[in-house]
This record gives sequence, C-alpha cells and structure tokens, in this order.
Amino acid sequence: MRQLDFMGKRRIAFAVSVLLAVIAIGALAFKGLNLGLDFTGGTLVEVRYEQAPALDELRSQLGDEGFEDAQVQTFGTSNDILVRLQQTFDNDVGQRVVGILDSDANPVDLVRAEFVGAQVGDQLRDQSGMGMLLALAVVMVYVAFRFQYKFALGALISLGHDVLIILGIFALFGLDFDLTVLAAILAVIGYSLNDTIIVYDRIRENIRKSQIDDMAQIFNESINQTLARTMATSGTTLLVLLALFFLGGDMIHNFSIALILGVVAGTFSSVYVAAALLLAIKLQRKDLIRPKKENDEEEELP
Amino acid sequence: MLNRYPLWKYLLILIVLLVGIIYALPNLYPADPAVQISSTANGSALDQERLDRLTQALADEGIDVKKSELDGNSALIRLEEADQQIAARDTLDERLGDAYTVALNLADATPDWLAGLSAAPMKLGLDLQGGVHFLLQVDMDAAVQQRLEANASAVRDILRDERIRYRDTEIGDRTITFQFANEDDRNEARGLIADQFPDFDYANEEGDSGAALTMTFTEQAVQALQDYAINQNLTTIRNRVNELGVSEPLVQRQGPSRIVVELPGVQDTAAAKRIVGATANLEFRLEARSDTPDREIETLSFRNDEDRSAELMRDVIVTGDHVSSASRSFDQNNRPQVNINLDGTGGSMMSRATRSNIGRNMAVVFIEHKTRTRTVMEDGEEVEKREAYTERGIISLATIQSALSNRFRITGLDSSSEAADLALLLRSGSLAAPIYFAQERTIGPSLGAQNINQGILSVELGLLLVVLFMLARYKAFGIVANISLGLNLVLLVAAMSMLGATLTLPGIAGIVLTLGMAVDANVLIFERIREEIKAKMPAQQAIHAGFERAFTSIVDANITTLLVAVILFSIGTGPVKGFAVTLSLGILTSMFTAILVSRALINLTIGGRPLKKIWI
Repeated sequence: MRQLDFMGKRRIAFAVSVLLAVIAIGALAFKGLNLGLDFTGGTLVEVRYEQAPALDELRSQLGDEGFEDAQVQTFGTSNDILVRLQQTFDNDVGQRVVGILDSDANPVDLVRAEFVGAQVGDQLRDQSGMGMLLALAVVMVYVAFRFQYKFALGALISLGHDVLIILGIFALFGLDFDLTVLAAILAVIGYSLNDTIIVYDRIRENIRKSQIDDMAQIFNESINQTLARTMATSGTTLLVLLALFFLGGDMIHNFSIALILGVVAGTFSSVYVAAALLLAIKLQRKDLIRPKKENDEEEELP
Repeated sequence: MLNRYPLWKYLLILIVLLVGIIYALPNLYPADPAVQISSTANGSALDQERLDRLTQALADEGIDVKKSELDGNSALIRLEEADQQIAARDTLDERLGDAYTVALNLADATPDWLAGLSAAPMKLGLDLQGGVHFLLQVDMDAAVQQRLEANASAVRDILRDERIRYRDTEIGDRTITFQFANEDDRNEARGLIADQFPDFDYANEEGDSGAALTMTFTEQAVQALQDYAINQNLTTIRNRVNELGVSEPLVQRQGPSRIVVELPGVQDTAAAKRIVGATANLEFRLEARSDTPDREIETLSFRNDEDRSAELMRDVIVTGDHVSSASRSFDQNNRPQVNINLDGTGGSMMSRATRSNIGRNMAVVFIEHKTRTRTVMEDGEEVEKREAYTERGIISLATIQSALSNRFRITGLDSSSEAADLALLLRSGSLAAPIYFAQERTIGPSLGAQNINQGILSVELGLLLVVLFMLARYKAFGIVANISLGLNLVLLVAAMSMLGATLTLPGIAGIVLTLGMAVDANVLIFERIREEIKAKMPAQQAIHAGFERAFTSIVDANITTLLVAVILFSIGTGPVKGFAVTLSLGILTSMFTAILVSRALINLTIGGRPLKKIWI
C-alpha cells in the first residue's frame, strides 16, 4: 500500500487545529454556550397544534397573560411549538400555558412540560464541569500508567482539542447545550481516546521493534498501518450516527450532532494532534525501552 | 493445532448465548395497556359476576377488551388500544364510585414459561412511556425550625409546671433563647431542662436586665433530624403515591436532601402534585381564656372567612400526626366531613385535655407549609430567594360538650374534594419537613410512543448499514462479524432486562452507538489478519496472530471508554444515566462477542484445516 506522509504535513494540520481552536475559543468567549434548561433552570412547555399557528400571535397571546419573557419557537415540525419561560415556576404553569394557547379553532395537546429550579441547574452545571475534568484526568492517568507520561500529555491535548471544537461549534451556531449533549461529549472523550490509543499502541510496538531512529518515519508507518482500521471504525460509527440524526427524533438531534462532530474531530486528532504532539514533545526510544526485567513483565500482560 | 477451541469453550459460549436469548425474549412481547381496579375500603369485594358486568359496560362504550383477570380483591382488564385507556378508566370510575381505585396500568404480556424463569422485559423510562417526573427538595432549615418550635413549647410547659417565671422566648437559626428575670430562675431552669433535652448545648448569657439561657441544637442532632426528616418524607410520599394508584411508581432518595418521584402513565399532573407535595396538617388547640397571658396567645383567622378570628392557646393538644385513620363522609345536611381516629397516645392526650376543659371552645386549625419564591436584586444581580412560610387557618371552633376520646369528626371544610384530600393526607401521614418542587418533567404519551418508534427505526437502520459495510469490506469474515454483532445486540438487551435497567431515549441512542463501535474490535482483528497475510504469513497463523496481537489494543481502548461511562453514570440523572448504562453494558458484551464468539465461529468453520487462502 502506498504510504501517506502524514507527519510531513503536520504543520498544515497544526495550523488547521490551532485555527479551529481559536475560532472555538472566540465563539465561546463572545457568544457563549446556549445552555439548555437542564443547566439554566426555567420552564419549557411543548405543545402540538392541529394546524400550524402564527408564532407572533402566540407571543402576544402569552404576553397578554403575563408571560412577557416567553420565547416561542417551532420544534421539528411547524405544528410543534416550544415555549420557554425564564421566570420562576409556580404550580401548574404548564396547564396555564396550554390553557392560554388552546382554542376551539386550533386545539393543542401538551406534549411535554419541564421545569428545572435554578439551584438544581447551577448544581448540575458545576457537577458537569467537574465530571468532564474528572473524565479527562482519569483517562490521562490510565494512559500514563499503560504507556508513558508523554503519551498521556498527547492524549489529553488531543481530547481537549476535540471537546473544544464541539463546544465551539455549539456556541457558534447557538445550538442548545443540554444534558444529552454533555453525555455525547463524554462519549466522544471515550471514543476519541479509543482511536488515539490504537495509534499509540502501534507506535509503541513499532518503536520497540524497529531499528531506525527517525521518529517521524515510525509514526508515519504506524498511522498508515492503523489507517484502514481508523477509517473502518469511524465509518461504521458515522453510519449509525447518521441513522440516529435523521431518524432519532428531535429530542436527540443535538446529541447526534455532538457525536458526529466528535467522531470527525476525534479521527482527525488521533492521527494528527495526538501523534504529531509526540514528535513535538520529543518522544524518544529510550522513553519506551525499559530495563529488561520490567519489559518481560509487560509482555506477559494479557 | 492452531485455531481450535476445546469443546468446553464452545459449550460455555453456547450456554451464555442461550441464556442471553431466553432473557432477551420477553422484550418481543410488548406490554398491554390495562386498567387496574382495586378496592380501597374493606368489605367491598370484586367477584367474577361484577367483573363481567364491567367488561360488558366497556364493550358498550366501544372499548375493546382483550382479557380480564380477577385476583383476590383486585382485577386487571387488558385493552387492545392504548388510546382507549383513559376512556376505560373514566367509565369504570363512574360505575364503581369511591370504594375502588381505578388506575392506568401496563400489564406484562410475557408468556408464562418465560415468566417462570423470572425473565421480564426491560423497563421503559418516562421519556418512552409518558408520565411525570418530580424532583423534590426537602427544606431542611424549615425542619429544624419546626423542631425548635416544638421543643420551645415543651420547655415552656415544664417551666410553667414548675412555676419558674420566664419573660420571653426567642427562636433563632439553631437556637432557642429564654429570658429570665434573674440568675436564680435561670439556673434552676437550666438544671431542670438540661437533662431532658440532651440534643442541645447550653450557654448562660448575662443581659442588661435579668439573665438568659441559650440552647443550641447540636450538629449531631441536626444531622439525625435531617436523616429522620428525609426518611419520614420518603415513607409519607410512598404512601401517598400508592393511594394515587399508579403502576410501578418510583420514590427514591437522591443526594442528602432530595427525593425523586416518577409516576409513569400519569397525565393529570396537577392532581399528582397536589397530593405528593401537600404539606397540610391539623392541630387541635384550646381557645384562650380571658386571663391567659399574652405570650401564650396566638390570634388566627378563619379559613373561609378572613375577617373572623379567634384567640387560641399557643400550645397544641394533638396534631394530625396522631391520626391513625381518616375518611371522608357527609353529615345529614350533606356537608362534607372527615371522620378521624386517633392512635393510643393521641387519644389519651385528647381525652386528658378535654376532660378538664368541658365548656371551653376547641379549634381545629388547618396548617399548610408553603414556600414562595421572590426575585430580589442582590449585588446587581437577580437572585431567586425562596422563603418558607406557614399558613394557619381555623376550620372549626366548637364548644367541648364532653370528654372526647380517640374517635370524632371535623366539619367546616369547603368542598367534598377538600375533605377527601385532607382525609388522604391524614391517612398517609404528614411530611416531617416541608418540600418544594425543584424539577418537574411531564411527558405526554404521544411523545413516548413517537420516541420508541423513532428509536427502534434508527436501531434497525443503523444495524443494517453496519452489516452492509462489514460484508462489503470483509466478505466472509464480515459474515462472522455480523453474526457477532447480532448476538451482541441480543446479549445487551438480555443484560439490561436481567439487571432491571431502564431503557430511555438516550439509552436507545447508546445502543445505536454501541452497534457502530462494537464492530471496532472485529475491525482491529481483521485488519491485523490482513496485514499478516500481506506479510506472507500462512493463513491459519495469520488468523491466530491477528486475534492475539489485537487483544491488548482492544482491552486498552475499551477500558478507557468504560471509565468515562462510569463517570457519566455518577453525574447523570434519569435519561442520561440510561445512556451510561447501555454504553457500559454494550462495551462488555461487545468484547465478549467480538473476541470470543467470532473466534469460536472462525475456529468452528475453518479452524485447524489447511488453508491456501482466506476470503477477507
């Protein structure tokens, strides 16, 4: 098979990554994440009309009844209406909204109503941030333990890169960031690491086996050897995610978007960021060749 | 010989797969929509004849009954159509009246031979089934306040009995302060009460005039009280939810001060909230006499007439906590009333208090602990402040004609539904601490059905796409991978059913994702085999080497994903937990099928034979 020179083009790839990261940070800093109800607290009511209503009319209807801060938008089809309220919750606000919107000419059904207290939202936000950091930390420790700390550093930065890009795109396009998206991001951390580890595994194997000292060449070989696998797995995963995106329904739309972005970014980063970083931080053969005795033990691991 | 498994290994894999298939099977039988009838009062039994008449009545309404079963004092009527469930309940409710509860239900349709092996289908989460989810916050500060008030009242009793004069009581955050005229009174009081109230730390304080005693609730006592409060609240809410007649409700503690309540199939959320969150209670108090000192008097107004009020004693004879049973009925003028039975202690307290006070008035006070939220500006930011407050209103004030015992009735309620609610609340016990709703989700049944259909559709399409991809890429070995993938799905479903895990919409997404990622292990192995063959290794050795060398990579990669899934499980709630569960189980089952099952298939078909070429 023809060898592709990945490492030779690493500067271009670095430039792309840095550019994406800068855009992502910019979007996060200036636009911020459009946090969903889970994190902000507030009230959300989804209703289904028999015929598509005029949104402006609904807004004025709600405004007349004291819900001035209501955001009204369609959700999926034009018959499905999502009403968001930031105000504090009082009993039966869902029923009241339905009561206001319901009319004989165009009856509505309550599809779902959600209310999240501000305190719960705040707590979840803290918890989620901690969870993400913890996930990265645990993963880093594992990689450091199984490989070596330079690998851990590479893995960490490449995972951070993936997460940053997803967050950046969510901020840039104002997509709703809710608990399911957070779940998707954690899944991406797992998935992308999976990719990275497969590449690292091969790099370690080739460094131990080969006699040449040109790391870039060893990396290239390793990436080329695992490329078929990377593409096949990313391919199947993307296929099922597309199925989920198109058929899974509106409630997990953003979830599938986050995963699709994550798989693409993760595949790219495991090839370029993770491996190229090892070059940048000057991984050497002696980092992996340990005293003979320890090495024997390593081989015996299942 | 290369690539041969010993017989026991084949058998082991076969057994695991068989068990998996059996326990996954119940999921092929969807549950029937049903209505459940159970009798609430004693003596109103159901019999076959009555049940037949009821099913006939349903048939007359055009509701298709699939099957009806009688089981002791309750009956289950299975329906053909889910959207006729509510109509069926309303019809039955009308015919049966108060003595029965009619509830919507989903009845298992698992065949008997499977049920005999205790195989059951996966439980469906609220997002797939419809229903309501509440997260209740227990107001611990209010619980402490209530306990302090009760203790202060008890201390006052003792001081009065011992004729120690005190000037004033003040209740702080965790403290009660008594003001005395002089040090002697204070010291005497301290000697008396310190033994009887060990939950407090005592401190003397000297003021400008007289002396004060400050009792501070100890940290352990606060802790114990909070534990007690949340457990008591759990029990009470369980009782109430059971009275609502919901099938498979969930009432669970979450964290130190929260309670999750999930009521599948419930549509009338207003009623559910009224019952679950109600904090109503009763107090029985004597009316103050003209010579009662001011500090022992509290003026309360009547509930149905704000302008009318009465002066009552601060001290309570008995509270609703001593009610052992309560029911609603009507008096001769058809006004609603609640019949109350007190427990032993309550009965004797009541008779002692009334015996010596014949001719005085006694008030029944209705208490409700409520919270309101206000938005206030604090440091230039809008902050939500939640404050607890208690509403007290007299519902009746009547002269004590003779000593009361443990059975009596109260009148003066606004409506018959209020009487019914009050009776239910008194029966199920009161909440030890006020609660408020921190989170609420209502999912309509149509959304649930839609989520299931879309979920299943995406699983099917995802599976199909992966299968085609693997066939195109790995030919004969693709078939092996696809069989493993199918078995992986079966094992995953079986594991979730056996563990009683709940399937949610993100959970289905997790299954879909697992399908995509599960082939990864096979891909790794097959690519390795290809490489070895390219390096001119003989076919059997290449297969062997492929499996051996890919193993570490597979384990490393899966363990890290598993670690992340565990973290997700610990921070996620509800649906997201479901995702974490499917993801972790999927990783485990996929490792089993991709490594062991596909190896077994290859060994069984081409293992150990001389091969010139393999089709990969």
